[in-house]
Amino acid sequence: MRFIKRSLVLTALAAVTTLLTGCGYNNIQLLDEQTKSGWSEVLNQYQRRADLIPNLVKTVQAFATQEQAVYIGVTEARAKATQIKVDANSPESLKQFQQAQGQLSGALSRLMAVAENYPQLKSNQNFLDLQSQLEGTENRITVARNRYIQAVQNYNVAIRQFPDNLTAKMFGYALKPNFTVDNEAQISKPPAVDFSTATPAKPAG
Amino acid sequence: MAFGMIASALLWFCPLAPAYAEVAIPPVALVTDLSGVLSASQQAQLQQNLAAFAEHKGSQIAVLILPTTEPEDIAQFGIRLADAWKLGRKDIDDGAILIVATNDRHVRIEVGRGLEGVVTDLVAHRIVTEYLAPQFRTGDFYGGIDSATDRLMKLVDGEPLPAPKAGDWQRSRGGGLQRLFPLLLVFGLIAGSLLRRVLGRPLGALATGGAAALVAWLLVGTVGMAVFAGIAGGVLALLGGLGGGVMSGLGGGGFGGGGFGGGGFGGGGDSGGGFSGGGGGFGGGGASGSW
Repeated sequence: MRFIKRSLVLTALAAVTTLLTGCGYNNIQLLDEQTKSGWSEVLNQYQRRADLIPNLVKTVQAFATQEQAVYIGVTEARAKATQIKVDANSPESLKQFQQAQGQLSGALSRLMAVAENYPQLKSNQNFLDLQSQLEGTENRITVARNRYIQAVQNYNVAIRQFPDNLTAKMFGYALKPNFTVDNEAQISKPPAVDFSTATPAKPAG
Repeated sequence: MAFGMIASALLWFCPLAPAYAEVAIPPVALVTDLSGVLSASQQAQLQQNLAAFAEHKGSQIAVLILPTTEPEDIAQFGIRLADAWKLGRKDIDDGAILIVATNDRHVRIEVGRGLEGVVTDLVAHRIVTEYLAPQFRTGDFYGGIDSATDRLMKLVDGEPLPAPKAGDWQRSRGGGLQRLFPLLLVFGLIAGSLLRRVLGRPLGALATGGAAALVAWLLVGTVGMAVFAGIAGGVLALLGGLGGGVMSGLGGGGFGGGGFGGGGFGGGGDSGGGFSGGGGGFGGGGASGSW
């Protein structure tokens, strides 16, 4: 009798453990944690880029003094991007964050385009160093973002699949928003190529 | 009708996928030359240098030469490669890969997380512009690669990394079994009590132990683990009851944490067979350039 009771209790305990594991509780924990660490890495790399910018602006400024509008643009975009308080679980907040970082990317590419016009700057060692650091950082941002996108995707797929979706509902795990392509409209139309450099471009017709 | 529509829709969309076919990841090795720009003796020399370095420092530096990384950017290909190869030791992340795309005339140094401090993006960029690009321009691939890997090895050698030890480069794999464990525990308990009733305590325990050993061997593939599981199963069945249950619960923790984790999958770097990465992580550090 005692034996049967004990084995019943034991089996019930084991069954609960198995059920929770089988229904993906542990898996959800793992995937959730992975999205969190992925997100920290994304923030980390964006911060790394923001940290590079003051030096970069200073270096470019030393050679190209008349490009005030570009410097102000970069500095303002940087301030906006670093001030933003982002909550990775809120679609709105993530969108704002992405917009701010996208604007900073745009301002930065204008800054680098300005540099193209100054041969002295282009051969300056300090500038070249900063440029390679910026390239490296942009690449890390891409990697971190891709990994985050993948982590969120894994998590979202897991909590939508049966029977994990029941466990997720029970413990309140919701779908997470993901990064989107910033310039969707822009890249979905073919680029305009114009070879007539000699004559000014005019509308076809 | 509806089926036909679905089928034609599938036919319409499915062929789009191969249009994005990426370059396949070659098998992991210290030196791979798919473009055929190195002679056999040059490859052997590089291989020897890099293998000796991995042996002495524990850090894996590899060279991959291939015609093209199209349609991917060399950086995109690089991180895909790094994620697949997992060079460097787990949690030390001290791997690096020099990728040369001969037709694209692009080169990239992909740096593991653990080496980002010593081989910064800037340092990697300098190696590309000062060691690789000038010699590649004259067509001297071996000279460029040899001097660049030499520089990399010198840099990494100056970094205080943990000393290499045997088994560093064994792939671990424990995730699947950890999930299965509770299930195994339940079956083990049920089978144990049944066998004990049918065969009596000592014989039943022996049978349970044998079965546990067999299952562990089938799942993990190492004899040591199987023996361990067999003894654990036998002891559990012998003790029976609640005390045994608690103990098996504790044992479960042990299993999940480390026991199964170090399974003998993948050829270890020291086993003489295949070569493999040690599970090092990459975060996109390094630099690209062209010549």
